[in-house]
Amino acid sequence: MGHGEYQKHEAKIFTPSFIVLLVLTLIGFFLVALRFIKGIGAVSNMSDGYPWGIWITYDVATGTAIACGGYAMAILVYIRNRMHYHPMIRSAILTSMFGYGLAGFSVMVDVGRPWNAYNFFIPSQWQANSAMFEVALCVMAYTTVLAIEFLPAILTTLENTKWEKAQAIIAWLNPRIAPDKEALQQKLDFVKAGAAWLKPRLDKVLIFIIVLGITLPTMHQSSLGSLLLIASTKLHPLWHTGFLPLLFLINCMYIGYSIAILESVISCYAFKRPFETKELSGLAKIIPWLTGIWLSVVVGDLAWRGQLTKALSFDFYSRFFLLEFCLIAAGSFLLFSSKRRESIRWLFVSAALIVVGGALYRFNVYLIGFNPGKGWRYFPALAELMITVGIVAFEILGYQVIVKILPVLPRLHTRQQLDATKEAAQKA
Amino acid sequence: MKKTSRRQFLKVAAAGAAILTTGKASASEMHQKVNNNTLSMLYDATKCVGCKACMAACKRVNGDYGSLSYERASFDPDGLWDAPQDLTGSTRTLIKLFKESERDWSYVKYSCMHCQKPSCVSVCPVAAMTRDPQTGIVDYNKNTCIGCRYCQVACAFNIPKFQWDRALPQIVKCDLCKNTNLRQKGITACAEVCPAGAISFGKRGDLLEEAQKRLRENPGKYLNHIYGEKEVGGANHLYLSSMQFNKLGLPVLKDEAPAEFSEKIQHTIYKGFIAPVALYGTLCWIAVKNMRKHGPEETDHHKDTDKQGGA
Ligand code: SF4
Ligand code: SF4
Ligand code: SF4
Repeated sequence: MGHGEYQKHEAKIFTPSFIVLLVLTLIGFFLVALRFIKGIGAVSNMSDGYPWGIWITYDVATGTAIACGGYAMAILVYIRNRMHYHPMIRSAILTSMFGYGLAGFSVMVDVGRPWNAYNFFIPSQWQANSAMFEVALCVMAYTTVLAIEFLPAILTTLENTKWEKAQAIIAWLNPRIAPDKEALQQKLDFVKAGAAWLKPRLDKVLIFIIVLGITLPTMHQSSLGSLLLIASTKLHPLWHTGFLPLLFLINCMYIGYSIAILESVISCYAFKRPFETKELSGLAKIIPWLTGIWLSVVVGDLAWRGQLTKALSFDFYSRFFLLEFCLIAAGSFLLFSSKRRESIRWLFVSAALIVVGGALYRFNVYLIGFNPGKGWRYFPALAELMITVGIVAFEILGYQVIVKILPVLPRLHTRQQLDATKEAAQKA
Repeated sequence: MKKTSRRQFLKVAAAGAAILTTGKASASEMHQKVNNNTLSMLYDATKCVGCKACMAACKRVNGDYGSLSYERASFDPDGLWDAPQDLTGSTRTLIKLFKESERDWSYVKYSCMHCQKPSCVSVCPVAAMTRDPQTGIVDYNKNTCIGCRYCQVACAFNIPKFQWDRALPQIVKCDLCKNTNLRQKGITACAEVCPAGAISFGKRGDLLEEAQKRLRENPGKYLNHIYGEKEVGGANHLYLSSMQFNKLGLPVLKDEAPAEFSEKIQHTIYKGFIAPVALYGTLCWIAVKNMRKHGPEETDHHKDTDKQGGA
C-alpha cells in the first residue's frame, strides 16, 4: 500500500557521528545567539566594503545550488519522463528541503533587521526591480513547495505507524499526570485518520505543486546571478556579464545532478546499502551536455567582450577563473567515457570535481571576483565560519535522523519480497 | 485535475499582474531624463580648508535622528575628538586629505552622491531606499529596511554604511538633512556652516552653471571635469577639483547608470511576468501528459506503487 518505492533505513539514531554533528550544531547556534546580542561585527569579518560574506556566498548562493538535487531530479522524472528515477527523488527532495530551509535561516542570521522582513508580504513595499525581492519570494515559496512535496512521506508514516513510542509515553504519563488516556488515544486516531484522508487528495494535486517546484528554482536560481549584475564596477570583468542569470541557472542544474550522484554514493556507503550504479550512470550522461553548454557560453561571452587575454593572464583573478573552469571541464571530460560512468569511483570523482568547480564559480562571483576598491579585504572570521559549519552540520544531522524515521530512501529490491511479507504479516 | 490546473494558473497569473503593475511604475521612472531642478550640492575641493566644520555640524544636527555617535581614535582614550577614519555607521560625511607630494594635495569631502538613477534604490527589495522625484533626495527608511546590505553591494561609491557593532543596526547615509536642517532652515548643515564657501547648495541646474563659470573663469586652476555631472547617469552632488578624482577616492565611472543595465535584463526576463507563467503552463502540460502515459503501466513495475504514478 502507499508509497512502496521507499523505505525507512532501519538503524540506530544515536551514532558517534550524531554526537559530533550535534556538538558542531550547538557551537554554531551559540554563536548565532552571540550575533543577535552583540551585533554582526562581533562574530564576522564582514565590512562596509564586503557587506556579503561567507553566509550569503556559501549558505545562500552556493548552498541552494547544492540543494538543487530535488530540482534536477524533478526535471528528469516529470518533464523528461524518466519514471525509473522516481525512487531516488524523495531523498533528493529531503536534502533540498534542508538546504533551502537552512539558507532561509542563514538569511535571517545575516540580515541586520530581520524583524522588518514582514515587509516582503506588503505589496506597497514590493520592489520588482530588485533581484533580491524576486529571490526572497521565490525561495520562500519554494521551501513551502518542498515541504508539501515531502508531505507524503510524513503522511504515510502517520497513517501506518503503530505509535509505539507515543503509546509508551502515554502509558508512562497516565498514572502520573493522569490525563485521560482514552482522549489521547482518540487524538492519535484522529491524526491517523486525517493523514489517511489527506493523502489521496494531496496525491491528486501534487503534480501541479511539483511543477511549481520546477518553475520556482528556474526563476530564483537565475536571479541569484542577476543579483550581481548591478555591481558592474566591483565584480571583475571575467565574471560580470549580462549572461550571469543564464550561467547561474545552468550551473545549478549540473550541480544538482552531480549532487544527486554524490548523495546517493555517500548515503549508500554510509548506510551500507548496495550502490545504484545503473541510475547514477544514467544521470552522469546528462551532466556533460549541461557543462558543455555552460563552458561554451562562458568562453563565447569572454571572447565577445574581449576578455580572453585577461582570463589567461595568470593573475589572481585569472587563476581562480582557470581553476573553476578546469575543475568543471575535467569532471565533464571524465564522464564522456561510458566505461567510467559505470564505475562508482569515477562517478564519485567526476561528480565531486563538478560540484567543487560549480561551487567555486559561485564563490568567484560573490566573493573572490568582488573588489569594492582599494583598502578592503575580507576573509571569514572563525566564528563566522563556525556558524556556517553549524548550519551544515545541522543539515546532515537532520538528514541522518529523518531517513531513519521516515520512508525516504529507495526500497531495496532484494528486500522487497521480505518487506512485503512482513507488511502483510503486520496487517493480518 | 483540469480544474485544479486552471485555478493554479489563475493564481500565478494574478501574482504576475500584481508584480507587473509595480514593475511598470518603476519602469516609467527609469526613462526619466536628468532632472536639473533637484536639490544639489557643489563641493569645490580647491576652496576647502579642511576645517571639518561640516563634519561636526552634520553629527550635531543629525546625531539623534540618524543614530550617529562619536568615534574615538586609538590614541585618544578620553574621547576628546570625534575621529572617524572613514564613512561609517556613525558618520555620514567625511573630509579626507590626499597628498601626492608636498606641493600637490587636496581635501575631499565624502557623502552620498544622491544619484539621479540610484543603484541603492533599484536594488532595495522592500523599498526602504527611495528617491523623491521632486527634490531628488535619496532617503532611507529604517522602519522598512531588513538590513540585507544589498544597497552597499550596489552603490558604486561605497556610500551606504552598516552599523556592524550594534544589536539593532541600521544603514547610515546622507539624506541631505531632509528631516533636520533642511526642514528647519532650508539648507544642509554642512553647506550652512562652511566658512570657506567650499560647499554651495541649490538647484542642480544653477550649480552646474556655477561650476562651468568657475571652470571658464579660472583656466588652469581646475581639472576640466565636473564630477557627478554625467557619472552613473548624473548625480546631485557635484565636485570640482584640481586633482584627478580617482586619486581622491572618487572612482572613474561610466555615464550609464549600473541600474539601467541590471534592470534592462531583469525586465527582459520578467516582462509582464509572461515568461514564468508560460514556463509553468508548458511544464504542467508536459508533466500531466507524462503522468497519463505512465500512470497505469507503471503500477506493474513496482507492484505496490500507488496508482498516481508515484506522485
Ligand atoms: S551614492 Fe550610492 S547611496 Fe547615494 S544615491 Fe547613489 S547609489 Fe545611492
Ligand atoms: S540594507 Fe536596507 S536599505 Fe539597504 S537594500 Fe537592504 S533593505 Fe534596502
Ligand atoms: S566646512 Fe567647508 S572648508 Fe571646512 S572642511 Fe567642510 S567643506 Fe572644507
